[in-house]
Parts: sequence; structure tokens; C-alpha cells
Amino acid sequence: MAFIKMTAAQVARKVIENQKLFILDVRNRDAYEDWKIEGHNFDYLNVPYFDLLDGVEEILAKLPTDRDVLVVCAKEGSSLMIAEMISEEGRDVFYLEGGMDSWSSYLEPIKVGNLTGGGELYQFVRLGKGCLSYMVISEGEAAIVDAVRFTDVFINFAKEKNVEIKYVFDTHLHADHISGGRQLAQATGAAYYLPPKDAEEVVFDYTPLEDGLIVKIGASQIEVDALYSPGHTIGSTSFIVDRKYLLTGDILFIDSIGRPDLAGLAEDWVGDLRKTLYRRYRELTEDLIVLPAHFMIIDELNEDGTVAKSLGDLFLENHGLNIHDEDEFRHIVTDNLPPQPNSYQQIRQVNMGKINPSNDEQTEMEIGPNRCAVR
Amino acid sequence: MDPLKGEFKMESIKILDVKGMSCPMPIVRTKKEMDTLHSGEILEVHATDRGSLADMPAWANAAGHTIVDQKEEANVIKFFIKKA
Repeated sequence: MAFIKMTAAQVARKVIENQKLFILDVRNRDAYEDWKIEGHNFDYLNVPYFDLLDGVEEILAKLPTDRDVLVVCAKEGSSLMIAEMISEEGRDVFYLEGGMDSWSSYLEPIKVGNLTGGGELYQFVRLGKGCLSYMVISEGEAAIVDAVRFTDVFINFAKEKNVEIKYVFDTHLHADHISGGRQLAQATGAAYYLPPKDAEEVVFDYTPLEDGLIVKIGASQIEVDALYSPGHTIGSTSFIVDRKYLLTGDILFIDSIGRPDLAGLAEDWVGDLRKTLYRRYRELTEDLIVLPAHFMIIDELNEDGTVAKSLGDLFLENHGLNIHDEDEFRHIVTDNLPPQPNSYQQIRQVNMGKINPSNDEQTEMEIGPNRCAVR
Repeated sequence: MDPLKGEFKMESIKILDVKGMSCPMPIVRTKKEMDTLHSGEILEVHATDRGSLADMPAWANAAGHTIVDQKEEANVIKFFIKKA
């Protein structure tokens, strides 16, 4: 029987199309419990590869035969070894090419909708890490918001669409993942915008992203309007695209809200977070479709794989927007917070340009879930 | 060595070099080597794969061996593993 390679892109299709998959995760227990491949119809078995060195007979009965079985490890080597052992026992089995590293780095571009005058809005879903980036396209020009570090993906996509990347925005200084904004701007000649209040320590040149800034993309002049919305960080800024979409960064998610502590000032910023969520956003039209910079759980994905919901629905359904007592709100977003993202201090340093780790080191820093939210 | 423990020096009977190897080889090789040792003997393993930091102790624990010492020098991780 055979052991066959499965790519991160193929796994992504299974997640988005709600297909069944059985995952045999052979990483150690802590790594598995911290972070794994999530799918609506996925089942799991975690047995570390080092417990299977003498043979896989004992787990064979636990592997289903009515659906694909995928062996997963951190980088690929162990899953390949275990997949080969399983195939020698007469079973067909898949292994994940590149392991969790490649799962963490895979981006699936999904169209969110059409914009005025033939424009388009795409969401780039990084399923493994829960990061969401955006590309606004209009008549030969593109703007990108919250680009992750795999800049080739955006550059190639822009080529395919025959558009020139003119603007690159980060809604805030990210703490959970390494931004690709600066590199993308350098590679394309685009302007790189950062909120100045988040950028006080950065060591490179940038264009200040100020409240009320309006950028027009393409000949049809699709508007991208900046809206100062602090709370996750002091500089956090949202965007309204084509008066239809609200890009909330890490302030408001589908099923949770942003945490104010990752830059170390939870107590100071909780008031800003409250004001943004309970006043500034309340002044906006409820028809706006909220597009966050992250999702935390697979249930936040829509049928088509996008992560998007109307602001009105979120006012009704998102617990974080329905805590009427201010003291209780303060308590929830500052006490009992989930663990901070792995290496978040180092990641902030990278995003400020203060350290320049190698690609492998960057991969290592980004291991694990994003943990930017409070539920 | 901690003098209070009443031991003199940690004597490893053998050094296994798995530098440059990536997962799963460091543990595959370590297991193979441990199989040749007698109970109570110590194997010293030199690895560079960062994944070893979590996997080596987890494997040793599952196999009943004890990691009696662990240090890192110039990006080389050294494990001292006492056979069960």
C-alpha cells in the first residue's frame, strides 16, 4: 500500500468544503494540545512518533478506513516515517508535506465581494495561524491590508490580476505574527502606512496612517477610509472600504474582541477599547460587513471559507459587544486573559525592524495559535 | 555536579553525535543507541534540532529513562540520559 503526499492547499480545501479527514498527529502531546489543524469534520488521534518507533500495530485499529488518514508532524520527517510504517502494514495513508510549518504558512485567497466599478475585495485566509489579510483591487491598482510575511503570495496574486500594488497598510503593530508590510512595500515600491502611535520605536521609514485619511484606489476611486479605533494597541486603526466593508484589525472579531495587553498596557487601554467598541463603532451603519484581521476558532468561518459578518449581527451576537457594565468589561478584558501568543515580544521587535531573524527563526517564532482575542 | 547529592561526576559511557540531523532522526538514533546500553549507564547526546528540546525529554519519560542533565553550548543541545 502507498503513502502519499498531501499539501497544505489540499488540506485547506478539506477545511473549507467541510470534508472528512482523520488526522494522526505524531507531535508530542504539548505541541498537539497547544495547536493543531482544525476542521469542522476532522477527527484526531495524537500519538507521538517516538512512541511508535517499535511499530504501529497498536494504533492500526484506531485508523478509520472510510476516509483519508493524514499523518502530521512539525516539519514532515516524522510523519513520513510513520506513514511509511503504516503503509507497510497494508494501509493507504497520507502525510502532510512540510508539516505544521507549511500549514502555518499557507494562505487561501477567497473573494469576499465586488466593489464599485468592477473592483474586487479578497480575503487571504491563513488557516493554520488564523491570520486574515486583504487585497482591494480596482482598475489596475491594489491596496493590501495586514499582509503576513509571505509576500510572494500577494505579489503573484497581483500579477495574476494584472494590478499594481500601490498601498500597503498595517492596522496596528502586530504581536502575534510577523508583518509582511514593509517587505511588500519595498518589493513593489508601494507606500507603507503604519499608525504613528504604534510606530514610535520603529527603525525604518513609513507613511503615517492618520485618522480620517482617505486613499482612492484605481480610476473608479474606491475609497479606503481610515478610522482611528484604539484599544488592542494605542494606534489601532480600522478601514472602511467602498462604504461597505469595515476592516477591524484586531479590535473586533466575529466571536470575540481584541485584548488590550499585548503591548503591555492593558489597564491604560481598556478605556480606549471600550470607547471604540461601544461608541465609535456604534456610530457606523450596521450594514457594514466586518472583516477582522484574525479568527480564533473554525466556527468563525462562513460556508465559503470567508470570515465576515455584518456589524449589526455582531452587535446582537458578539458577547464582547454586549457587556453593558463598564466594570465588568474592564474585568473581562484585563483579568484572566488567555496566555499570550508565543514569542510575542520578539515578534513585536521584528515588526519594529529592531531584529532581523532568518526565515527559519521567523517560522519558529510564529508556531502556535494567534491568541489575540478575549472571549 | 551538586556535591550534596553525593555523586562525583556524571560519567557518560558514550557520546552520540546527531548534530545536523532533523526530526525524527535524533530520537531514532538515540533509541537505537540506548538499546545497546546497560541499565544505569548514561548516554550523552549532542543535537542541534530545536525540536529535540521538547521531544527528547518526552520520549525519555515515556521510555522510562531519566535525563540527568541537559545543557546548551553554542547552539548544541546536550542531553545526559540514564538508561532505565
